[in-house]
Amino acid sequence: MTQPMVRLSGLYKIFGARDKDVLHHVQGGMGKEELLAQHKHVLGLNNINVVMQAGEITVVMGLSGSGKSTLIRHLNRLIEPTAGEIIVQGEDVMQLSEDGLRHARQEKMSMVFQKFALLPHKTVLKNAGMPLSVRGEDEVTCDREAAKWLDRVGLSGFENHYPAQLSGGMQQRVGIARALTANTPIMLMDEAFSALDPLIRTDMQDLLLELQKELHKTIIFITHDLDEALKLADHLVILKDGCVVQQGEPQHILLNPGDPYIEDFVSDINRARVLRVRSIMTPLGGDKVPADAHGEVDVNDTLESMIARSGGDTSHAYIVKDGEQTVGTLDMTELVRALVPRVASEAGARQS
Amino acid sequence: MAFYDKLFSALGLSEWCGTSDDKAPLSLADLAAQAGGEEASGPFVPIPSFDNLHESCNRIWQSRDVTNGIEEGFLAAKPVLKTVLDPITQPLSWILDGALWLFEATPWFIMVPLLVAISWYASRSRPVTIFVAVSIMLLAVVDHYDVAMQTLSIIFVCTTISVLFGVPIGIAMSKSDRLQKSVVPLLDLLQTLPTFVYLIPLIFLFSVTESKLYGIAIILYAIVPVIRLTDLGIRLVDRDVIEAADAFGMNDRQKLVRVQLPLALPNIMAGINQTIMMSLAMVVIASLVSAPGLGVNVLRGIRNLELGVGIVAGIGIVLLAVILDRVSKAALTRVDKTQVKH
Ligand SMILES: Nc1ncnc2c1ncn2[C@@H]1O[C@H](COP(=O)(O)OP(=O)(O)O)[C@@H](O)[C@H]1O
Ligand SMILES: [Mg+2]
Repeated sequence: MTQPMVRLSGLYKIFGARDKDVLHHVQGGMGKEELLAQHKHVLGLNNINVVMQAGEITVVMGLSGSGKSTLIRHLNRLIEPTAGEIIVQGEDVMQLSEDGLRHARQEKMSMVFQKFALLPHKTVLKNAGMPLSVRGEDEVTCDREAAKWLDRVGLSGFENHYPAQLSGGMQQRVGIARALTANTPIMLMDEAFSALDPLIRTDMQDLLLELQKELHKTIIFITHDLDEALKLADHLVILKDGCVVQQGEPQHILLNPGDPYIEDFVSDINRARVLRVRSIMTPLGGDKVPADAHGEVDVNDTLESMIARSGGDTSHAYIVKDGEQTVGTLDMTELVRALVPRVASEAGARQS
Repeated sequence: MAFYDKLFSALGLSEWCGTSDDKAPLSLADLAAQAGGEEASGPFVPIPSFDNLHESCNRIWQSRDVTNGIEEGFLAAKPVLKTVLDPITQPLSWILDGALWLFEATPWFIMVPLLVAISWYASRSRPVTIFVAVSIMLLAVVDHYDVAMQTLSIIFVCTTISVLFGVPIGIAMSKSDRLQKSVVPLLDLLQTLPTFVYLIPLIFLFSVTESKLYGIAIILYAIVPVIRLTDLGIRLVDRDVIEAADAFGMNDRQKLVRVQLPLALPNIMAGINQTIMMSLAMVVIASLVSAPGLGVNVLRGIRNLELGVGIVAGIGIVLLAVILDRVSKAALTRVDKTQVKH
């Protein structure tokens, strides 16, 4: 297996003056509320172990106050950890000198912010070119690169506007263009779309996926919205009170929630739209392909499209193809079963 | 017999106090009594002041000793202070004298258009510029052009120096809570001291004929707002924008020059506006210690009861104040509008 882009191991963050002194309480199992009540320190992160692979979108999801922003700010050390290891591209971020850290922030990681955080006194073009000018690139290069990426996010023609003259969605496009101009392998996005209207938000998600198809960045995306998380995530990390409660492939988490907290989260989701055939098919294991199959489907089709295709007939079965290769079979009764959230099925079991 | 005699004998201190000594300096009350020719008649229980206690006990100071002590202490420290401060502040005299010479030597037909042009450049406002031109011509018509230019030259020098020192001090304060905590009481003191009080120690330190005397008085008084508002302006810069600057790897200097100062500029400009106005207020008072300009005419009005002279000069000061305020405010709103659009 190749080296991961980012590895966080045993990461703890406690806010307060004596964080190192109270660390052993947390390591001994003390929770967030107790720590606050007994020691007046806020537990930010509690033993985080996450690996982020190159070219993937890792989504960190959790309710407000669960420590998402704290987590993402450890990657570029905007926040100093209390304990633990942060390895980026095989390099220990904690060992970096001040210069080395600044260098890493300039060349390795760029960031997109919830409130855009653009420079209000600079034009859109200068804002987008800021990461390069910080590195000392000449103005022509900065402007050329900035214009290129502004065009790429659909903002050509707005170069000489000021941020305040743009709508929120457009301002965040500037924020994304700025991060892209930095041309870093890693992009950190802290609730980048949370401040936007739902429709614009969908547009921005599509834009991000489209850019990602082409650029293959390592993206760490923070959100409190499960729909957004499921749409974007290759790897999903769920945080609660500073702890990782579950992480893994999003479809897998949806089908096998490991914790009542996550069951709560996933119970409201439109499962048919999110789940894909590959997650619920029966893999081809020696058995023959059923002769009475009603057709072939792709592994990445959503269940919603399958229901439409079968016309709601649960007796149908399909052959699942990944490209040219046959990889499994799909029984419509299986599909219907997968649509029932686990909490509901348990409740049903209790009733009967 | 004085009221507090019993107290000292009760405490067994009569010996220590010694006998009354008639050659001792007069108490303030005695002085007042002598002058007024009346016996000072206090309340039944006199307030336990130095003077009243002294009547019962010679060892206790009189209040005059306190004022004398301060004076003597100050005079003793003067040579040291002077050898240190004199060379440091000497350039201020040169600058003030130089500016005064320049403002007076420049012929009016160059100076007036220049001032109008500067007003236009700073404010980009037609009404303000016209107002400046008309005001200067009004001053000129009543032969107050020269004194107005003297006042203006002093304000120009003192404001410039206040900004040159005040902005860096404000920046340093914004970076360090400790420094801020220690400087703020000093600024409060400078701002609350009545303007006349500044002059007292300065007169002792420097000779009244030196221009740096009034220069220092004006700068000490006027530098306060620009320091305060620079500090405040930088502290008020949006935390998110600072975080973005950090996230993209700006160093401290880049952060200061590219983010903090530009975003603090409206506040700094407001501070400069106040600094200008306070320089003007102080330059009038400083005419007491030989600062030239409009204030001298006001002083003449007061001393010689020349009502007309005083009032015309007063109106001149008002005009100058309005000009300076309007131009600097217009510059401020312009900066506010074009630089920081929220
Ligand atoms: N500078 C700080 N000092 C003290 N507590 C903090 C600080 N920053 C964050 N916290 C606390 O840490 C927890 C996690 O915060 P945060 O990472 O901002 O959550 P999220 O981004 O998931 O909403 C919260 O309880 C918050 O109050
Ligand atoms: Mg947050």
